Amino acid sequence: MKQTTPWSDVFDLLHPALGQTLYMVGVATLFATALGIPLGVLLHVSAPGGLRPVPVLHRILGTVVDFGRSLPFIVLIVLLQQVVTRPLIGTSIGPTAAIVPLAIGAVPFLGRLVQSALREVDANVVEAAVTTGATRARIVRSVLLGESAPALVSAVGVTAVTLVGFSAMAGVVGGEGLGDLAIRYGYQRYDDRVLWSTVIVLGALAMIIQLLFDVTSRLIDRRRRVTA
Amino acid sequence: MAARAVEHKVITVDNLVKSFPARGGAVRALDGVTLEVQAGAVCGVVGPSGSGKSTLARCIALLERPDSGAIRVDGTDLVTLDDARLRAARRQIGVVPQGDSLLRQRTAAGNVALPLETAGVDGPTRRRRVGELLDLVGLTDKAASYPDQLSGGQRQRIAVARALAASPSVLLADEPTSALDPETTGSVLTVLDRARAELGVTVVVVTHDMAVVRRICDDVAVLDGGRIVENGRLLDLVSDVDSRTANALLPALDQADGIPANHDRVADVVLVGFAAVGALLPEASNRFGVDLAVLGGGLTRLGETPVARFRLGLTGERADSALEWISEAGALVRRAQKGPQGVAA
Ligand SMILES: Nc1ncnc2c1ncn2[C@@H]1O[C@H](COP(=O)(O)OP(=O)(O)OP(=O)(O)O)[C@@H](O)[C@H]1O
Ligand SMILES: [Mg+2]
Repeated sequence: MKQTTPWSDVFDLLHPALGQTLYMVGVATLFATALGIPLGVLLHVSAPGGLRPVPVLHRILGTVVDFGRSLPFIVLIVLLQQVVTRPLIGTSIGPTAAIVPLAIGAVPFLGRLVQSALREVDANVVEAAVTTGATRARIVRSVLLGESAPALVSAVGVTAVTLVGFSAMAGVVGGEGLGDLAIRYGYQRYDDRVLWSTVIVLGALAMIIQLLFDVTSRLIDRRRRVTA
Repeated sequence: MAARAVEHKVITVDNLVKSFPARGGAVRALDGVTLEVQAGAVCGVVGPSGSGKSTLARCIALLERPDSGAIRVDGTDLVTLDDARLRAARRQIGVVPQGDSLLRQRTAAGNVALPLETAGVDGPTRRRRVGELLDLVGLTDKAASYPDQLSGGQRQRIAVARALAASPSVLLADEPTSALDPETTGSVLTVLDRARAELGVTVVVVTHDMAVVRRICDDVAVLDGGRIVENGRLLDLVSDVDSRTANALLPALDQADGIPANHDRVADVVLVGFAAVGALLPEASNRFGVDLAVLGGGLTRLGETPVARFRLGLTGERADSALEWISEAGALVRRAQKGPQGVAA
């Protein structure tokens, strides 16, 4: 049955939904960053020819990461519900509970992005730091992370935007948010007005997040930019 | 003449072997290299492409582990060190790697500070030291510039400042001027020379550019096929007419058409120091009534020392005596009796 919500109510629906989405995406991005960057570093330095090659660890991590990335997000939500989410949060329902699969789902994704960002750091530069007698920890901090900082900011931005998309599925566990709103009103009630309003807000949100990260990345990048 | 202080060898490389796996066996990049570098000297490592120069430099810089042999820097055997002591030893060796090696997200000053951070030097001391080093390389005004805002020569000088930051006893530079024009090369060489003069570091410079050797090297080691084929003080090597070093460094004796027949004697002479620019040849001509014609060669400079190599055509009764006199006056004379090749007397 087709319905149309009055405009005044559309705003009342969008406002809290946007808040929930921002909350889920924001916190999940923070956690994903806190875990994804170390994971990317570990993947990079343990690789053959890396700073500290540990081929076995590298292989295992790589397999786990790729397995994690191959899981459909909806499956991940269900999978984590009993084993991680409930013990950790106390409930498996609601935006806070949805953050768990969001964050965990983003870690392998960001890990791979970080790994490839670190790979772009010139080997010559890393070697120069090695000759100064720097410890590996310092080389990771001052050289690998320092030199790839703009790329890392971009990688976190891409992750955040991806999480906006993932968060749409959080409705399944009562995460609510914009995606959930679009499905409930647009799909289940055929309310085009809410559907399209939500889509526009989601799109704008993604664009704004991307823009913020891009600008930050460019601001901190000290390399010469090439325009052609 | 003051006797040189007891010669202290900062770097000793003993029978170094390093091979790399390759298709169909292994490449022996270093095949028993033995080398000593005196404290405070500038030693040039030259040789054809693929002769092992970079491999030798990388072994001394502790970036490659040799298969066998010993490397001692300041008495410490580098080959057998564990991780922590390896890092400590690395601080004794400042390295200017081949090519661009600066952190592009850090300012010039930030790059120079890196080894000091590594060494745990506190902030105020670090800033003072960075200031001194930027002054040494003449780039005080570029402290806040990022590498991409510097010219190639300036970047290379910053790399030298960084290598010197932790006060190493040895400075190792691999092709520090390879991508630079002659003028910019000069500015980098000046910095290397100042490092030796003002900080007393021992410099090892890998290069294919003979102008680098001419300008700053005291010693030279010629590598070929992973072996040292010539090694010694530059001024000694150029006096050996047959040495590669002499042929590469001294003005060419290009004389395609062989020796003109209208001279009684033809001889190659090498003159080092005052004799090169002095009145030795005119005087020989006067003394023996011999007509002296310069057929080839010219004058150059090795560091501060003028060195000349000429091919002379002598005409006159007493040509042999004139040559003998020149030889006794300290020049190196090699006679060619007849024919384009000439035979050593
Ligand atoms: N990492 C490596 N793996 C395999 N072979 C190597 C490696 N490094 C050097 N070699 C080989 O060792 C030999 C010596 O190389 P090296 O780079 O020391 O030469 P070089 O004298 O510095 O030459 P160039 O003047 O061209 O820089 C070459 O045959 C090279 O192919
Ligand atoms: Mg080389």
